[in-house]
Amino acid sequence: MSAPPPAIEVCRLVKTYGGTTAVNDISFTVARGEIVGFLGPNGAGKSTTMRILTGYLPATSGSVHLCGLPVATRPDEVKRRIGYLPENNPLPEDMRVSEYLYFRGRLKEVSRRQLGPRIDEVLEICDLKRVRHRIIGQLSKGYRQRVGIAEAILAEPPVIIMDEPTIGLDPHQILIVRDLIAGLRGRMTVIISSHILPEIEVTCDRVLIINQGRVVAQGTPAELRREIFGQSSYVLEVAGDEAALAAALAAVDPGLRAAPAGEAAAAAPDAFRRLRLTTARTDELGDAIVAALAAAGCRVRAIGREHPSLEDVFLAATRRSWDAVQAAAPRPPSVR
Amino acid sequence: MKHFPTLLSHELRMLLVSPATYVAATLFLGFMGLVFIKIVELYGGAPQETSPAVVYFQLFWLPVCVMVPLLTMKCLAEERRAGTLETLLTTPVTTTEVVLAKFGAAYALYASLWASTLGFFLVLRRYSGDERFLDAGPLLGGFLFIAVSGLLFVALGVLASSLTRSQSVAGILSCVALATLILGGNALADSPWLEQGLLRPLRSAVDHAHVFGHRDDFARGVIDLRHLLFYASGTALALIFSVLSVEAKQLQA
Repeated sequence: MSAPPPAIEVCRLVKTYGGTTAVNDISFTVARGEIVGFLGPNGAGKSTTMRILTGYLPATSGSVHLCGLPVATRPDEVKRRIGYLPENNPLPEDMRVSEYLYFRGRLKEVSRRQLGPRIDEVLEICDLKRVRHRIIGQLSKGYRQRVGIAEAILAEPPVIIMDEPTIGLDPHQILIVRDLIAGLRGRMTVIISSHILPEIEVTCDRVLIINQGRVVAQGTPAELRREIFGQSSYVLEVAGDEAALAAALAAVDPGLRAAPAGEAAAAAPDAFRRLRLTTARTDELGDAIVAALAAAGCRVRAIGREHPSLEDVFLAATRRSWDAVQAAAPRPPSVR
Repeated sequence: MKHFPTLLSHELRMLLVSPATYVAATLFLGFMGLVFIKIVELYGGAPQETSPAVVYFQLFWLPVCVMVPLLTMKCLAEERRAGTLETLLTTPVTTTEVVLAKFGAAYALYASLWASTLGFFLVLRRYSGDERFLDAGPLLGGFLFIAVSGLLFVALGVLASSLTRSQSVAGILSCVALATLILGGNALADSPWLEQGLLRPLRSAVDHAHVFGHRDDFARGVIDLRHLLFYASGTALALIFSVLSVEAKQLQA
């Protein structure tokens, strides 16, 4: 028996509007049950890609398959398999929360018999029971955002696409949404775009960074750190003879480089110094360094491995793509 | 068309909670009430040759040019401005279903408002005790004209709303389009310059689109298939263009 197709398969996707290329040759795959974070600066093409995935916008070229179905030729079947929370979460102002969910549920072909209990369930999940009879136009931003999320998960679609789901939420509400998305892991495939990078790191299995319409990096946060920074670094506070220190470090890993970190070295020869050690090796070297330094008679006060945040990865990946674009751009003719 | 009933009931509900609907209904019923009072005064003063029902429908264009834009201007323009059209079209509904539901709801309200004015004639007959005030022929013909022509007028309003994301621009567009169709055709009908040379073929087109002529024919009990075809094809064309307009704007979203 052949394996089921991936939840989302995007191949060489291009979208141009009136001469502007919003999405430029993007390819990626999302496995079933995976939660993927979609990152990129404003105008990178995230929302356009998401709209193409939902079947709302047609692509200029390339192919998009959702649960094995081509979005371009079978949009109706694709739309039955997605829950979509668009950017800015537009909602009808004049409807009550429960009425809106009932209307959307009927459009999404949930049977009348199942719809009532399902609405109660999503209201409970999204903590909306208190406002179920309130008019949407009178709700706060946080509640409105949760109504949008409730609507996206209402019909229990296999794929959920959320464009900035936590925008405008307070930390408590962000925690609720994070738990809610984590609860979908394994059951539904979720794509989330967000600018709140720690949130993405906690919630998502994998991250996809796009810039200027291209995928500039993709993988788990750990893979991205390795790919973007290509090295591990440790911060060490140590006292002892410099020559012995250098020999001990070379014995652990000949590629280990030490450089002063922070303030300049203290005047006293046996004072503690703060060093940054960098190496191309990605395995854990902390214990080996401590043991080697102790054997060489150096005193270690503190050692810690530095983890670049997803924010650092994001900034480095986007900067790298801008540098590549600038390098590829034709130089203006020199003026003589 | 699986989702049409759900969309239609939603649209009717949204129209019923919209203040513009009540403004349109109040203006319409107030105006038609005044027209009816004037007719009663006229017929109370001296005997007239024509049936009161014929006179009643003569001023139909004035409320149409105000009421239809008020009922339709919001339908697609506001959905696009608010972004709710995007969420609607990412569910398994088609653009055709959405446009037809909006048209159906606006037409149902338009038709029911006109139908409610039948009450004026029933009240008059009840208190005057004179059967002639309820002259079935012209009354039925007049209401049939309103029902048939209303299809095209409302479809033009929906088309205007599909062209822009501003409600007020949609309202003005719709008002201008209706006035051009109804009054423009009437103004051109008697123009001598249409008889000249190359413009002569335009004459038959203007005659076919002469809405006042259609109204008079319906009131006399003449149900001409060409008139029905004119309104049916015009409605279909306006709705097809509305669907195309929504889809074309979606491409540039």
